[in-house]
Amino acid sequence: MAVPKLEQLSKSVVQGPSLATGAVPTKEWMDVQAIFKPGNYAYPAKVEKVEYLNSQKDLNFPNAREWSPEDDDWKLPEGWQEIILKGLRERLDKFRSLKIFMDCCVRCGACADKCHFFLGTGDPKNMPVLRAELLRSVYRNEFTLGGKILGKMAGGREMTIGVLKEWFMYSYQCTECRRCSVFCPYGIDTAEVTMMLRELLHLVGVGINWILEPASNSNRTGNHMGLQPHTFKDNVDFLAEDIENLTGVKITPSFNRKGAEVLFITPSADVFADPGLYTAMGYLLLFEHIGLDYTWSTYASEGGNFGLFTNNELMKKLNGKMYAEAKRLGVKYIIGGECGHMWRVIHQYMDTMNGPADFLEVPKSPITGTTFNNAVSTKMVHISEFTADLIRNNKLKLDKSRNAHVKATFHDSCNPARAMGLLDEPRYILDHVVDWVEMPENTIREKTFCCGSGTGLNTDEIMELRMRAGLPRANAVKHVIDKHDVNTLSTVCAIDRATLTSLMNYWNPGCKVCGVTELVGNALVMDGENRQELDEGLRTLV
Amino acid sequence: MKYAFSFLAVIALILIAGLGSQIPGMHYLFGVAIPYLAIMLFVGGFVYRIIQWAKSPVPFSIPTTCGQAASLDFIKQDKLDCPTKTSEVVARMFLEVFLFRSLFRNTKSEIHDGPKLTYESSKWLWVFGLLFHYSFLVIVIRHMRLFIEPIPRWLTAIEGVDAMLQIGAPTLYLSSITLLIGLLFLFARRLMNRQVRYISLNNDYFPLVLIFAIAVTGILMRYFLRTDIDIINIKNLAMGLVTFSPVIGAKIGAIFYIHLFLVSILLAYFPFSKLMHMGGVFMSPTRNMANDSRAKRHINPWNDPNIKPHSYAGYEDEFREFMVEAGIPVEKELPAAKDEV
Repeated sequence: MAVPKLEQLSKSVVQGPSLATGAVPTKEWMDVQAIFKPGNYAYPAKVEKVEYLNSQKDLNFPNAREWSPEDDDWKLPEGWQEIILKGLRERLDKFRSLKIFMDCCVRCGACADKCHFFLGTGDPKNMPVLRAELLRSVYRNEFTLGGKILGKMAGGREMTIGVLKEWFMYSYQCTECRRCSVFCPYGIDTAEVTMMLRELLHLVGVGINWILEPASNSNRTGNHMGLQPHTFKDNVDFLAEDIENLTGVKITPSFNRKGAEVLFITPSADVFADPGLYTAMGYLLLFEHIGLDYTWSTYASEGGNFGLFTNNELMKKLNGKMYAEAKRLGVKYIIGGECGHMWRVIHQYMDTMNGPADFLEVPKSPITGTTFNNAVSTKMVHISEFTADLIRNNKLKLDKSRNAHVKATFHDSCNPARAMGLLDEPRYILDHVVDWVEMPENTIREKTFCCGSGTGLNTDEIMELRMRAGLPRANAVKHVIDKHDVNTLSTVCAIDRATLTSLMNYWNPGCKVCGVTELVGNALVMDGENRQELDEGLRTLV
Repeated sequence: MKYAFSFLAVIALILIAGLGSQIPGMHYLFGVAIPYLAIMLFVGGFVYRIIQWAKSPVPFSIPTTCGQAASLDFIKQDKLDCPTKTSEVVARMFLEVFLFRSLFRNTKSEIHDGPKLTYESSKWLWVFGLLFHYSFLVIVIRHMRLFIEPIPRWLTAIEGVDAMLQIGAPTLYLSSITLLIGLLFLFARRLMNRQVRYISLNNDYFPLVLIFAIAVTGILMRYFLRTDIDIINIKNLAMGLVTFSPVIGAKIGAIFYIHLFLVSILLAYFPFSKLMHMGGVFMSPTRNMANDSRAKRHINPWNDPNIKPHSYAGYEDEFREFMVEAGIPVEKELPAAKDEV
């Protein structure tokens, strides 16, 4: 699906008749049907991927089949309404958050214009409150006294195929970024609602390929790219070779090595895809610089967790590899690379799902002696925490001038910001390695805007949607480009590195995207280096 | 015209009480039976809802972090927005419940040519939301004088502050006016803010109209329609209700029964409506949890220990040959190749 030209889309978001720009829809939202056409939906999951996942012990991905959102008949299983309603009842009993969020919303509308999807598309059903109402209306109808008696009068709605189609459309136009939850007076978190919607849809075999294929790859090969062990190793070795060419420093990374002190896990995109590669080179340089005794793993070679975008069971199953591998290799603790939703899972879910990690030790930096008290139970430390501590204790030789070609700004990734509170560690690092400026205050820290393509929406067939959803972020970047000549958008998220690159190419051509550790790698003064003139840091072609 | 329905419903309720209470012998129904029923529904329903919520576990620690977390010594933690200790969580909740802190953050976004997106601070909803809720609270507290004898000093003090302006006789209570202002703003906002208008349901208009009608009947009774209103009589009825020995003395004007009936409806409606946000705000997991999930293991009662990752052994079995060839350590060596045997 072709993406509209920049001028067209720029005009459309401002002047298009949408709720965001002042037009009020004439029809009640319950009477507006979701219409699928090429470009506004992500492709359904391939049959063999669904079958593979369904064949795995403890996973339930039924109803694998060929289907298209554009068809009238979605080939849902017999009795699909009961399946959905039973699934909803089960989840109400399992998640207090769901119950409270179904019951407490007063529709004050504080969340309405906080969503990047709403700002970019103007579609009323992308207001977080209305996204939740898509489910809440069914909940009211089936599970509340008022709804049972008064039905539509009390905002209730039957579970129809139209409703299901709406769920599919709008639970995949939400990146679970939690920005709305910051502004909600009751803390209602649309991410919780979207997760439930997606779980319910999987019960009847409705899911998208860009999530289920990476998820099955992660299960089988250890990483979402589907890299087999030797390929994964080759990729990292290539990066080490590049480093040697650039800096004269020879690095020999180890894989699946028993007895290493630390297991390092990062999103596989870092070792495979531009521009994450340079961040991975940063990791290699950093660990070499301090002589860390660490190992990569090919089995647990994915930091990201595509299970988070499907259901609880798959999230747990994929995440389980981290502790399993740490235990097998006998490491003391784990360091995790830069990634957004990976850290949501590690910070808020991992210990609960797959802990206690009593076979690991409390993380303590072997270089500075600092104990990471905030991670005494999970035993997993964020690379930015680890690096900030090194800098604080003067353990890194840094030459900021090596980043003279960079004028950076920093994008807070949704999950580290709003599901972890990791805000100042990367900033502290940036202060020491690069000249950088902040974006406007309502677009950073806990109010940061999503890249627009998280939670598995980073797929090309919905490029226009992604460019629209990413507009608030891109626009804030443009502000600092115009004002401060920023040329680089730094971030601590692998999905960001991929998606923001597309976003910048579209809205702000010329602005590069990088990981914070890439900038650290650029600035490091390595022992025994024989550094070439690197006027573009690790990206210099030699 | 969803709001029109709410007006009709409230008008119908007013007629029921206004006419019904004037039918001889119905005083007892409107003055005693319905209020008792309403209180029972309110208390019973409220408790039921809280228990229903509490019955579902909180499987994961999911606070929304709105500031810097506790991490390294030299990084300053935002204790209010990213609490780790119980005392910090209590402080966060206090500000949330009593000062609507999240609403204070509200911004209004606009899309200008360019495109250029702007987000300006917008505190109106916060201001009028606070005004409405606190006015309501003060009014509820003031009404306690009907149910307590002797009237405690703190109650008189609150009334004194509320009547500070010393206008008119009987003196005007500020909260009467501010409640109406708050309600009018909230109602007008529902109609005029296009986003809010689009999402509003009957469930949103009805309580506003109902509370508005309660306020207006109350004000009419206190300031304008005083002839039929014998306050001693009303106090006797109220005291009788709380001491379970209700008596209806001399004739009380219809306006009183309308007021009381609407309050009864509000009480009965409360637990089954969005008004339960009053209870829910205390139980919202994104606000009332500490952000310490890496330091302290949170327990999920339904966590299934049988869900295991795809095993390393299975992984190595599939890829052993490649691994050996690439020099990656393996647990089980390859079987000796047949042609070498």
